[in-house]
Amino acid sequence: MDANRLEEFRTQLSRLFPAGRLLTSATQVASYESDGLTAFRDRPDAVVLVESADEVVDTVRLCHQYGVPFVARGSGTSLSGGSLPIPGGVVIALNRLNRLLDYHPSHGTIVVEPGFVNQHVSKHAAQDRLYYAPDPSSGPVCTIGGNVAFNSGGAHCLKYGMTANHVLGMKVVLPDGEVVHLGGQSLEMAGPDLTGMFVGSEGLFGIALEVTLRLLPQPERYHTVLAAYDTLPKAGDAVAMVVASGLLPGAMEIMDNLAIEASEAAVHAGYPLEAAGVLLVELEGPEEEVAAEIPLLEKVIGESNAYEVRVAQNETERMTIWKGRKCAFSAVGRLSPDYIVQDGVVPRTRLREALDEIQRLSRKFDLRVANVFHAGDGNLHPLILYDGRIQGQLEQAEQLAGEILKMCIRFGGSITGEHGIGVEKIDFLPQMYGELEMQLMKRVRLSVDPSQLANRGKMLEVSAGKTDHKHTPHPLEQAGIISRA
Amino acid sequence: MQYVTSTEQLAELVRSQARVRVAGGGTKSATSRLANVSLSRLSGVLQYDPEEYTFTALAGTRLEEIDRLLRSKSQYLPFDPPLIEAGATLGGTVAAGLSGSGRLRYGGVRDFLLGARLVTGLGETVTTGSKVVKNAAGLDFPKLMVGSLGKFGVMTELTFKVFPAPQSCATIVLDTEHLAQAVEIMKSLAISQLDLACLDMDSSRRIWARVAGIREAVELRAQRVLQLAGGRGTILTDQQDADTWQACREFRWVPDEHSLIKVVITPDRIAPLIAALENLPYRISVGGHLAWLAWPRLRSSQELDQILHKLGCPAVALMGEWPSPWIGDHQENVFEQRLVMALDPNNKFSLSQPAGA
Ligand SMILES: Cc1cc2nc3c(=O)[nH]c(=O)nc-3n(C[C@H](O)[C@H](O)[C@H](O)COP(=O)(O)OP(=O)(O)OC[C@H]3O[C@@H](n4cnc5c(N)ncnc54)[C@H](O)[C@@H]3O)c2cc1C
Repeated sequence: MDANRLEEFRTQLSRLFPAGRLLTSATQVASYESDGLTAFRDRPDAVVLVESADEVVDTVRLCHQYGVPFVARGSGTSLSGGSLPIPGGVVIALNRLNRLLDYHPSHGTIVVEPGFVNQHVSKHAAQDRLYYAPDPSSGPVCTIGGNVAFNSGGAHCLKYGMTANHVLGMKVVLPDGEVVHLGGQSLEMAGPDLTGMFVGSEGLFGIALEVTLRLLPQPERYHTVLAAYDTLPKAGDAVAMVVASGLLPGAMEIMDNLAIEASEAAVHAGYPLEAAGVLLVELEGPEEEVAAEIPLLEKVIGESNAYEVRVAQNETERMTIWKGRKCAFSAVGRLSPDYIVQDGVVPRTRLREALDEIQRLSRKFDLRVANVFHAGDGNLHPLILYDGRIQGQLEQAEQLAGEILKMCIRFGGSITGEHGIGVEKIDFLPQMYGELEMQLMKRVRLSVDPSQLANRGKMLEVSAGKTDHKHTPHPLEQAGIISRA
Repeated sequence: MQYVTSTEQLAELVRSQARVRVAGGGTKSATSRLANVSLSRLSGVLQYDPEEYTFTALAGTRLEEIDRLLRSKSQYLPFDPPLIEAGATLGGTVAAGLSGSGRLRYGGVRDFLLGARLVTGLGETVTTGSKVVKNAAGLDFPKLMVGSLGKFGVMTELTFKVFPAPQSCATIVLDTEHLAQAVEIMKSLAISQLDLACLDMDSSRRIWARVAGIREAVELRAQRVLQLAGGRGTILTDQQDADTWQACREFRWVPDEHSLIKVVITPDRIAPLIAALENLPYRISVGGHLAWLAWPRLRSSQELDQILHKLGCPAVALMGEWPSPWIGDHQENVFEQRLVMALDPNNKFSLSQPAGA
């Protein structure tokens, strides 16, 4: 764009926002240059702090008129660079667009603006013993808009699905400023599932302005078990045994020894430090149902060769166990100056093989890897520890991370279970899907957004030359507010 | 009608023909009325991994076959697909976006579809989604297929997530005195912590609530549902329970010479909808988020269209003859149009009647 037109664009933008909500100087935009994928940084031309849906629409229309790319931003916790700014583009910051618009407990629905924080949904609904099922570890800060864009998950996906399974309807502004309604207020729909198509599109289809979510009745009772094993494969086998028993636990999580060590150093949840692996299983449901399931689970765990089994006796103990699990990732920061969080999926029956392969790679690259995973759905989160001060180690770590993704593809799994493609995995998507599939995705993208203004450079384009980057904890993790999983 | 037996054959057909409308089992005649291609011979289970909770089958596979297979391993499709005995296929169920009463608990067909192989309007065969239970990579084409009636592409192969089947079920049948009371009971049961598998109401305002799980727990839970609802009602177990829901799933309550319509509602629309229908048979399902209507074939389709429009309810006609199966509050928006442009630029899959036909 020539200088005059750019100036004109900036003037127009300044008419839409008071000075305090239009950030343009280098110092002002500094904190928007990166997201949870701290290794990548880019400087936007401007950041606008919107307070109403109309302001979002006006900004998008202006960007469209001048051909300026834009990226929506919730809390900036994306681990794949989803909210990384586009150089010369506009960041539309949605944190202040966080009102509750409607709450229908008797329908089991709630309507919120995109900046509404994930955990606040359940907090609000608790008055009616309802809750919002998707529970990413970043829940205390990440926004519903970010969750929608990335189809975020959490520890309860096998039983309850991901964000897409809990979004009923949306009002969205398309990349050219057109506003459309997708889905509605009901659990059911007539006509194509456009809502489902929008969720997980990583911001490429525009910006969600209002989101209707499904709420579920809170489980009446939980039963949380921590089983310790002297080898990691035994923990993996235990998962298979639980599955074979016909039980459907709300969550099944595994941590390996290194992850336990890190977690214990950070939060002292009382995990057995010497265990090669621990399995966390949680039953949940009506009182009588859980009571009837407990003996079945006891039997399975008893047969699984766990050398120690602990059962949370009350809500405090349960929360402590979960804390040990949910903080495991950021805790790894205590063992290593730098680390990469990987996210991939393998068929559950190949978990054991996958762990062996990760161990082999760890030895090959001479880098430690801690494993934390959503075992119930085969979602691995290997943490690759490295020291960025040592020449070449970052590249080695990245290579190892890439090898893990290739393994996931080879095993018939997926290169991401919940963190998305963003900029991080843009080179791997064409390895998971074929050429025709990639062409189709690009065709859809161009049909919805011919100038590729919405979140340009994410998910589908060829990655720009990687610049100097380093994987460090998210600032909020350093502050101890959230941890990754 | 042309019968295809392979994806390649279908892709070839799409490339060579101007219009391709597909039928599966033909159980939802309003949606397949103009069909010129049948997928009923593109049938068979390709892969079933009980330990993975997944299976992949060709789109023309009958639900009956799937049901039998899953039962043999004590698993099931929790969205409770309807019209199993009638001969519905997997592909038809996804295309029509149909889930049964059991979708209350764990979600609908959209929530259990993991992957789809499909042929686009350009005749390309693409494999979308994945075969594992969790995946966030790329655009979610499988979801777009749900309820699309084939307007974006023809599905040839589908992968689903399944769950372990509950050991036992029981149904609590509650009589109510008037509609307002029935709606109140329904609302309170729907958000109770009793974890209902189904929650329906029939034309005589009788409420049907189902619990599922481990046998001894199910008995106790059924008693609790009864108490919560005021204590007056009966409990059906075992075969009686199974028969009840089978009849419901097959729509045996729909009288002859009536068309079946699926109407999307929220619990507060139950009363206005029933008032507008004046004694037509209906069944409210999914705790008041779905209504099934029986509309007399001789009555004008426009009339129902208008009623639903006024109520703001989107709907899809499943049987009978309708100018378009999408009725009521349904409008194609630009997002949808742009998706059509990318997937089917030549409108080969369009639902509208071809000119001159
Ligand atoms: C410590 C930590 C733990 C985590 N744990 C998990 C986890 O357990 N499970 C999991 O799935 N993820 C996890 N994540 C990843 C991240 O939190 C999620 O991807 C989250 O959904 C991002 O939300 P956000 O508000 O921070 O969005 P941002 O990072 O600001 O944005 C994410 C993407 O969404 C787009 N976007 C934001 N708002 C909108 C909107 N209204 N409309 C359209 N697009 C929009 C942005 O453009 C961007 O592409 C974790 C991250 C961290 C740092």
